[in-house]
Amino acid sequence: MKTIILRTASDFLLPVLLLFSVFILLRGHYLPGGGFIGGLVASIAFVLDAFANGLENTKKLLKIHPGFLMPFGLVISAVAAISPIIFTGQPIMTGLWANDPIPVIGSIGSALFFDTGVYLIVIGASLTIIFTISESA
Amino acid sequence: MLIAVLLGFIFALSILVIGKFIKGKQSWLSTLIPLSLLAYFSSFIPQVSRGEIIQQTYTWIPSFNVELSFQLDGLSLLFSLMITGIGTLVFAYTSAYLKGHEFLDRFYAYLSMFMGAMLGLVLSDNLISMFVFWELTSISSFYLIGFNNASLASRKSALTALGITGMGGLLFLGGAVLLGDVAGTFSISEMIGMSEEITTHSAYVLIAILFFGAAFSKSAQFPFHFWLPGAMKAPTPVSTYLHSATMVKAGVYLLLRFTPILGNTEFWNSTLIIVGGVTMLYSAIHIIFRTDLKGILAYSTISALGILVFLIGLGTQEALIACLVFIIVHALYKASLFLITGIIDHETGTRDITQLAGLRKVLMPVAVAGFLAALISGGVPPTFGFIGKDLIYEAGLNWGSFTWLLIGAALLTKILLYYAGFVAGVKPFMGSLPASFENVHLPEKRLWVPPLLLVSLGVLLGFVPHLAEDALIAPGIEVLMTSTETFHLKLWHGFNTALILSLVTIGIGTLLYFVLIPSHKKENFIGKFEVISPKNIVLKTTEGFSAFSSLWTNFFQNGFLRHYVATIIGFLCLVLGYLIFSNFNLRLDYSSFSKLTIYEVAIIVMMITAIFFTVFSKSRLAAVASMGIVGFAFCLLFLFYSAPDLAMTQFSVDTLTVILFVLVLYRLPKYLRLSKNVLRIEHGILSVFFGALMTILVLKVLQEPVNAEITNYYAQNAYLLAKGKNVVNVILVDFRGIDTLIETCVLIVAALGVFGLLKLRLKTRDKK
Repeated sequence: MKTIILRTASDFLLPVLLLFSVFILLRGHYLPGGGFIGGLVASIAFVLDAFANGLENTKKLLKIHPGFLMPFGLVISAVAAISPIIFTGQPIMTGLWANDPIPVIGSIGSALFFDTGVYLIVIGASLTIIFTISESA
Repeated sequence: MLIAVLLGFIFALSILVIGKFIKGKQSWLSTLIPLSLLAYFSSFIPQVSRGEIIQQTYTWIPSFNVELSFQLDGLSLLFSLMITGIGTLVFAYTSAYLKGHEFLDRFYAYLSMFMGAMLGLVLSDNLISMFVFWELTSISSFYLIGFNNASLASRKSALTALGITGMGGLLFLGGAVLLGDVAGTFSISEMIGMSEEITTHSAYVLIAILFFGAAFSKSAQFPFHFWLPGAMKAPTPVSTYLHSATMVKAGVYLLLRFTPILGNTEFWNSTLIIVGGVTMLYSAIHIIFRTDLKGILAYSTISALGILVFLIGLGTQEALIACLVFIIVHALYKASLFLITGIIDHETGTRDITQLAGLRKVLMPVAVAGFLAALISGGVPPTFGFIGKDLIYEAGLNWGSFTWLLIGAALLTKILLYYAGFVAGVKPFMGSLPASFENVHLPEKRLWVPPLLLVSLGVLLGFVPHLAEDALIAPGIEVLMTSTETFHLKLWHGFNTALILSLVTIGIGTLLYFVLIPSHKKENFIGKFEVISPKNIVLKTTEGFSAFSSLWTNFFQNGFLRHYVATIIGFLCLVLGYLIFSNFNLRLDYSSFSKLTIYEVAIIVMMITAIFFTVFSKSRLAAVASMGIVGFAFCLLFLFYSAPDLAMTQFSVDTLTVILFVLVLYRLPKYLRLSKNVLRIEHGILSVFFGALMTILVLKVLQEPVNAEITNYYAQNAYLLAKGKNVVNVILVDFRGIDTLIETCVLIVAALGVFGLLKLRLKTRDKK
């Protein structure tokens, strides 16, 4: 499926889709979106790239195996979950929030980090599954 | 006290880490751990003997009322001293016994983990933390029995022991939760005052049965006793420590600890008397037929445990004193007999009593220890064992009813135990030394000093029984009884029936020792009854279970995915259909339905067309693509009904699913063979039926009044508590964040599973 049209389009689509996925992740707390959907969109972006340029090239682009995103994301989520215990002595998963919102990103809180963890795990897990299956097919 | 309990665990972990570097050198240094604990607990003796109770509480899981609260009273002090005292000797003994063993560090780790768990168990004042430590003792016992993990028998015994004690642990948990529910607290010391309410509660019998199950399985009472002889596959220090002196007494401890709370009812007393009585007689008789020294000791341990349970069942002050004294006596002599057996095994390489003889000529100090241990075990005056035995007879004589039955059972058991003590402690050293043992020489001190120390203590306490009485027995009894009379332990009680019984025991026991010579013929004879033994019945039952489950699995897990789906949906149809049609009242209120719009109709037509295309398509790829269309149509529906989050997720998931399918199916050939028409019609009917059921179900749900409480709660609090306006996302990352965390873990496991399965297969294919 290596057509010139798709390849050219995907070169532009990949960054745009990734940016879009981050956008979805960040807006999740107020508007439809969130880490799970954002992660899926990001992995679709990579899969599209793999269709256009071949799996090997996408892998090169990623530098590391997507599987490594999973433990990384899990650590972020887990730390966000237990951070109230460490910092303020409140029960696990209590939301901690910074006082002032930051431009572009919005309010920063433990929930955002938690969602970022979910985002990375979803990318890692779905890409691992798809890459593995497409390699063995 | 928390540190004291945790020390064992800390040491266990650290030795696993640093053990690699020290390679078993200076392993005797580990003896310092139990020794320091022994000193620590001994320092409480003056306080406890004044009747003080030391309590320390640390919060653990406050939201569940679980705390690490430790209580040191007479009873727990007695057990703590026993655990650390015998622990010290066993640690020292092990450093010589397993010298140079490859996994010595691991062994010490298990052993000290066990010590920590056992201390936690006897010190816990909270039922739940007590349960946790209870389970930890079972687990460390499993590791220790299976220590020789290269031997099949050892692994099997470990599994049997874990199965039985683990089942007991489960019963304990049930009992603990139920009791906590009835009493309204998990604190044992708070329950003491509620004894009357608890024993008259309707759940009392169930609680008692659950606790019995736990105690009987742990303390190897009939019919759960069979794991203990199997546990003798463990190295001898383990048998000494866990399976005679401490862990198996955990069940006895449990019964003692709950005697003031659950005891003093007819049910409690008679069950304990019967089970304890049957156990002590059954296993005492078994002793006659054994030729392996450890086998003899295992059965005599079970029998002694039976006596303890029997005494708790009698429940009078005399009986409980006898019980406490006998716990000490038994720990002293049985631990030394085990240690002696270990030395004999270590030096001669056999434990077969028919071959061992004359070892006194080469192992003199061991022979002395063995002889004294036999005297204590047989209750020969002036040892501490005599006081123990005397008390047992007196408790039986003064109980009131069935006196002669009780006394007869106790007498027979005691005679056989006397016999067992002499066979294990004296027989190997008597007679002439066989030529094959002439090279045997006395091992290092760390092996033979511990048993000698133990038996000297046993003899010494016979002369000065008030030492044990002031420090341990009197404070212990105060814990067990609400009102106590003064009593004194002494060697000479005057000329009474108990004394005559004692003399009869010694006389017949000695006679038996000379008449009954252990032989393999006898062992083979009892082997014939193995078929109807509880062990065999349980093992056969478990075999039956696995046979049944493999039949079951083969029937349902036949490898055809379509078969699985059909089975699941078919079963669901049956259950749902029954539920719906057994109580069918569907009143449709058409006016409440929103009007069908033109684009909804369009989507539904699109969906149905796609479904028909999927079913009748002759190409895999086309079928998959049209399945995707069905999914996207669903997204549109979600969007129309204002669920953008769902729509977005469904859209991405569907895209990925189609891609996955395409990736897998891309290189497969076209359908070679379509399913048979009969099967297609069958599946068609099934799916139409299922769809109809789901539709009816949804309509019925609409008919129910909606409980908006939860919805409102989330809607109102999403911004207030979690600073989010998107309720769905707030639920995901905040209100039910733990669920999300666990779900992401599931996702990771699935990804790793796919990765592992396929990569593994790729590798094997590469090899070919």
